[in-house]
Amino acid sequence: MKSDSNLEKVLAAGHFAVTGELGPPRGANLQAIKDKASHLKGMVDAVNVTDNQTAVVRMASWAVSLVLKEMGMEPNYQMVCRDRNRLAMQSDILGAAALGINTMLCLSGDHPSFGDHPQAANVHDIDSIQQIQMVAAMRDEGRFMGGAEIDTPPRMFVGAAANPFGDPFELRVLRLGKKVAAGADFIQTQCIYNMERFAEYMRQANDMGLTERTKILAGVTPLKSAGMARYMANKVPGMDVPPEVVKRIADQPKEKQAEEGIKLLCEQIEQLREMPGVAGIHLMAIEWEHRVPEIAERAGLLPRPQV
Amino acid sequence: MITAERKPMEEILRSVEPYGKILLVGCNECVTVCHAGGRKEVAMLASALRMGRLKQGAPLTVDELTLERQCDPEYADELARVIDQYDAVCSMACGCGVQTVAERYRGLPVLPMVNTAFMGASEKNGVWAERCAGCGNCVLGMTGGICPIARCSKRIFNGPCGGSTKGKCEISPDVDCAWQLIWDRLKQLGQTELYSQIMAPKDWRSARDGGPRRIVREDMAI
Repeated sequence: MKSDSNLEKVLAAGHFAVTGELGPPRGANLQAIKDKASHLKGMVDAVNVTDNQTAVVRMASWAVSLVLKEMGMEPNYQMVCRDRNRLAMQSDILGAAALGINTMLCLSGDHPSFGDHPQAANVHDIDSIQQIQMVAAMRDEGRFMGGAEIDTPPRMFVGAAANPFGDPFELRVLRLGKKVAAGADFIQTQCIYNMERFAEYMRQANDMGLTERTKILAGVTPLKSAGMARYMANKVPGMDVPPEVVKRIADQPKEKQAEEGIKLLCEQIEQLREMPGVAGIHLMAIEWEHRVPEIAERAGLLPRPQV
Repeated sequence: MITAERKPMEEILRSVEPYGKILLVGCNECVTVCHAGGRKEVAMLASALRMGRLKQGAPLTVDELTLERQCDPEYADELARVIDQYDAVCSMACGCGVQTVAERYRGLPVLPMVNTAFMGASEKNGVWAERCAGCGNCVLGMTGGICPIARCSKRIFNGPCGGSTKGKCEISPDVDCAWQLIWDRLKQLGQTELYSQIMAPKDWRSARDGGPRRIVREDMAI
């Protein structure tokens, strides 16, 4: 094992992995974290803790990760390249590892223009692929990026994100290949609504042998309403929501749209389970953590393996 | 070229408020090409300033002069014979020109009249766009002649990020995705294998992060 990550163990044992997601609060509200996290406990193998997602300031992802750790959960500590240079990244990784965080996700980060501090400097000292290389080298070679030796290297299970639906499509699997070459142990994808396109992406990834070198967790997000479906379809960059998916939710009366969203999600999870090369799912129930136990139950994802 | 845009009139009027006689100095180089601070713009701003101050009931004497190149001490010297007559110099050059004049005439306020923007090229009449970040270590040979530092909103070396949609950047439909452009050009050049190599982390010392930069050419010293 490269780390003490529960996610690594679950994947290594050949289970269909399930990860969840928790967005830190916009304040120093510890109870809010515990309330949200309590819905995810026992439902997923690791919980992604987002890092100032959509470039909006929130509690530090390492701090919230520690709260989850204390609650007996496995945090997947997210870190974006937007806010930190290589010094800050490496020192945070050391701190996180020392305090028991075993899993992390390397990301570019949304542009500051989307967030609540559009005035901020946009760091990007290194990009997400170089960040993966950096974390893997810290662990495997015991070296900082600057070359110096690390006394007690951080043993991180290193993840990366992939968007199968961004453009140009022909680059998507090639870029995934670069992330795998950089050392990504696992991949979590952007939310999938276009199953056909994702199946094609997975076929290419399988053909390139990438799924033998990394574990791909397919991203899914329940659509809570027709409004949300339309927003995802039209407003979120790099998202592919086919019109028939929007229609399926919108054709329901308002009070039944959430239920239809969960039904659709369960069908998607079923399809993903059967798709060659898919090692698990990443369930992003955005501000819907309290529905995760019901979703996990209905999608047949319980009980989670004890490894 | 270095591009610039004239500052808003209100800000300019506020900055010259304490003065009664100024010298408005243009530059015949980049700011002339991008229509921000050449002879023509000097004349237009001079008129606007005179009128603006008349309206305020505090007339301003504005003399006009455009140097060949404000960022060159040799040309900045040309101001020496007239400069004593003025309360302030208002420069329409880029920041390099403003500082060259300020350094040469230490006892006189030198005020910027333009906001220096970026190193760019003309896309079409009236449109300039950023092309170079002056990072000190050019990678254009690896990226199909399109700079990921100057033209990707996240200066990603191994792009594109997940926000690239239909050839456009996630920040705006008006901004091209640099990595889409790079990929298209690499295909055209038959150099797609360059994409699969992971580009190493940048050594930013050659850029501004290494501190203020200088070029010293011993062979040119006299």
